[in-house]
Amino acid sequence: MTTTTAPTTTTVLDASDVTMRFGGLTAVRSVDLVVNSGEIVGLIGPNGAGKTTFFNCLTGLYVPTEGKVSYKGTVLPPKPHLVTQAGIARTFQNIRLFANMTVLENVLVGRHTRTKEGLWSALLRLPGFKRAEEASRERAMELLEFTGLAAKADHLARNLPYGEQRKLEIARALASEPGLLLLDEPTAGMNPQETRAAEELIFAIRDQGIAVLVIEHDIRFIMNLCDRVAVLVQGEKIVEGPAEVVQADERVIAAYLGTPFEGAPGQEEAAEVEAAEAHSTTEGDDK
Amino acid sequence: MTTKTPSTDSSATSKAATAPATPVVPLPPAAARAITGAGSALALVGTFLAWTWTDEFPGNLTVTGYPGGLQVLTLVGAALTLLFVLSGYGIRGLGWLTPGGTNSPVLLGALGVLGTTGYTMGAISQELGGLVNLEPGAWVSGIGALVAVLGALGLPADQPYGADESRPGLWGRIRHSLTAPEPGRAKDLPSWAEILIIAAGFGVGLYVFAYGIGTEYSELFIGFLITAGFGFTAVTRAGLLKRLSALTAKHRNVTLAAAFVAAICFPFTQGNDQFALIGANILIFATVALGLNVVVGLAGLLDLGYVAFLGVGAYAAALVSGSPQSSIGLHFPFWAAVLTGALASLIFGVVIGAPTLRLRGDYLAIVTLGFGEIFRITMNNLNGNSGPDVTNGSNGIPNIPDLEIFGFNLGVPHNVLGHELTRSGNYYLLMLLFTAIVVMVFRRSAESRIGRAWVAIREDETAATAMGINGFRLKLLAFALGACLAGLAGTVQAHVSYSVTPEQYQFAGSVPPNSAFLLAAVILGGMGTISGPLIGAALLYLIPAKLQFMAEYQLLLFGAALMLLMRYRPEGLVADRRKQLEFHETGQLDVPDDKPLPDGATGVAKAGA
Repeated sequence: MTTTTAPTTTTVLDASDVTMRFGGLTAVRSVDLVVNSGEIVGLIGPNGAGKTTFFNCLTGLYVPTEGKVSYKGTVLPPKPHLVTQAGIARTFQNIRLFANMTVLENVLVGRHTRTKEGLWSALLRLPGFKRAEEASRERAMELLEFTGLAAKADHLARNLPYGEQRKLEIARALASEPGLLLLDEPTAGMNPQETRAAEELIFAIRDQGIAVLVIEHDIRFIMNLCDRVAVLVQGEKIVEGPAEVVQADERVIAAYLGTPFEGAPGQEEAAEVEAAEAHSTTEGDDK
Repeated sequence: MTTKTPSTDSSATSKAATAPATPVVPLPPAAARAITGAGSALALVGTFLAWTWTDEFPGNLTVTGYPGGLQVLTLVGAALTLLFVLSGYGIRGLGWLTPGGTNSPVLLGALGVLGTTGYTMGAISQELGGLVNLEPGAWVSGIGALVAVLGALGLPADQPYGADESRPGLWGRIRHSLTAPEPGRAKDLPSWAEILIIAAGFGVGLYVFAYGIGTEYSELFIGFLITAGFGFTAVTRAGLLKRLSALTAKHRNVTLAAAFVAAICFPFTQGNDQFALIGANILIFATVALGLNVVVGLAGLLDLGYVAFLGVGAYAAALVSGSPQSSIGLHFPFWAAVLTGALASLIFGVVIGAPTLRLRGDYLAIVTLGFGEIFRITMNNLNGNSGPDVTNGSNGIPNIPDLEIFGFNLGVPHNVLGHELTRSGNYYLLMLLFTAIVVMVFRRSAESRIGRAWVAIREDETAATAMGINGFRLKLLAFALGACLAGLAGTVQAHVSYSVTPEQYQFAGSVPPNSAFLLAAVILGGMGTISGPLIGAALLYLIPAKLQFMAEYQLLLFGAALMLLMRYRPEGLVADRRKQLEFHETGQLDVPDDKPLPDGATGVAKAGA
């Protein structure tokens, strides 16, 4: 699956030959994936295909058994906080907000890597402290406005409705000023309206120059959103390409729906069965 | 495009509650109010009469016309109740007393009077042998208090029943009559008046606290606990506490200053060195509890061996104090001793923290518990027999000399502005300086990038690391900072108590600064707050110190109290807003109103642009 790389775009994420084994189980088997700047790439696959495991390998939560992940040309260290510092931010499949912090504080925590004020600065209230704090707050409020949560800045995160919690997770991830945003099922459990809103939000993020890699089950969402889709089945990438191509690919359909097996019931057998059923129901009526 | 969720409206629930509350005792409200007033007035008058015939009962309750001891407590309670009753009549100038509930404070006040008077009558009869020892004054006050309670039970409740409790039984009605609505917003006063009110509030607080510490015999202390407990609840129900906390939230620096000044005034109110020593020990305990609050309350690391850090600081200071029994014959000036103690604790904290902080949850608790015990046993064994002679083993390091700072000898009493400042008073003031430092460290670190990272780790460590937080490093920082703060307190403790022995630093024991009590003070007071551990520590130290007779049952009662607290108020006595929302699901409606957006632009509109 060749990707057409325009000369202006640069490679943001380059995962090559990533393999993850848990004991004897190979959850991800030598997957290559490239994300270029200004791109939205989708990652789909049936349940248990290893999508989230692959994500965890990218973000340092797991150390891949084999292969390497590099971000803008430098190989990433397998420590989550260093990956975030390098410029990859993520959200989680099951929302993991800081439930008992306010919405604003959640986003401020996201700013952690982009601010430097340490304990001494906080204790002695050194001159830079107040300025940095103000700047962080301002940037956080900007992000909350961008995601439409500014009005709820003082609410506890746990009190937000589900859809807004998802948005807050994205705002928190954006606060770390990433060059690549990884979204793990951003529309799970959303209604069609909310899904459409999420779609527009992701486009807006892309327009800010942030590349996006998104795991999703909602095929319509993926088709609208993504420039390129990769399909993961049983830990292996079986196909990658534009959405339409992937949608029509036989292997993808087989992975999702299964293949017809040898000696599948043909037309004649089906007609026979139907006739028999019709007969039995008329008999039933007679009684 | 965004589906705007309807803003949760707390008034909706109160509107649904329509059933008018029936009083517990069926009486017309006017009659009930009159009866309550008359009853509390009678109780008040009774305190001026003799309650018993002999001064064998402590406090001398035999004098007519001059209330003493427990009578004073009844007098204060009755006066407070009477004031609330008069405020209920809508008398001009008293309305400010009851911005919240009107009738529930009256009932609570009356119950407090009845409790104190009843307890006194019981104590007199028991100690002197029979009811016959009661003089008429006691009966006057007792019957007055009973009448007041009956009358107060006839007053209508302050708020209608909630939607789900339309027809409660007797017990439900009594419980309901003790609830009160929140006070509305206060009128804005000129800021000097508000500051004056804060100062007055702290003045009253200091007086009550000093009175409690200064109680000379346990009967008086129990009476004080009853009166103060009911009185405090009554004042809370009346809405005064909410008003005051609104003011303190508005003037935070003034509040801190006022609290500090009130704390400075305390030793001057205590002529007796014994009571000043209680004050100094409470401060040590409270400071260490506040240090533990950094570790437990902010970073969420359950540390069951925290008292070891206090011990490290104390031992380090004792070794360099110039004590003749110290194995190192050094005599550092105090500032250097403090630095030594803090540094030693810091190093100990890092050494223990570095391997253990890779564990989470229960494992960390067990390992810290183990290290706490290892410290104590090691100090026991460094006695020259089982190991090198450093600490004199179980004898500890005695004869720690008193401090002298800038020519001011802390070991002898001083006369300051006509008030005697005893030895313990001196150390109290020194310790207060350290408490202030710890309060400042706690406050400033909590409200910073580092503090937010700690809370984030407590909430969800995986998500926190995914946000770029170096979990291990920040946890180690919290652990080391907490250790360092405890070490600071330890350096003063060594001098206050003249000696350090391994047995002072146990996991659990009957003398408060031990790991279990420290943790209890934090949890009882309120995790993550500043005033919580201070109040928790004061209560946990004061109650056992005053009620010596129940020493054997102390841990039992303490356990029961802690269980009750966890059942009915899991967020602790002082709750930060976050905790209150966390533990009371029904309180979830209590979130701030949505702020209006400047131009009504929603994120989606922007995102779509």
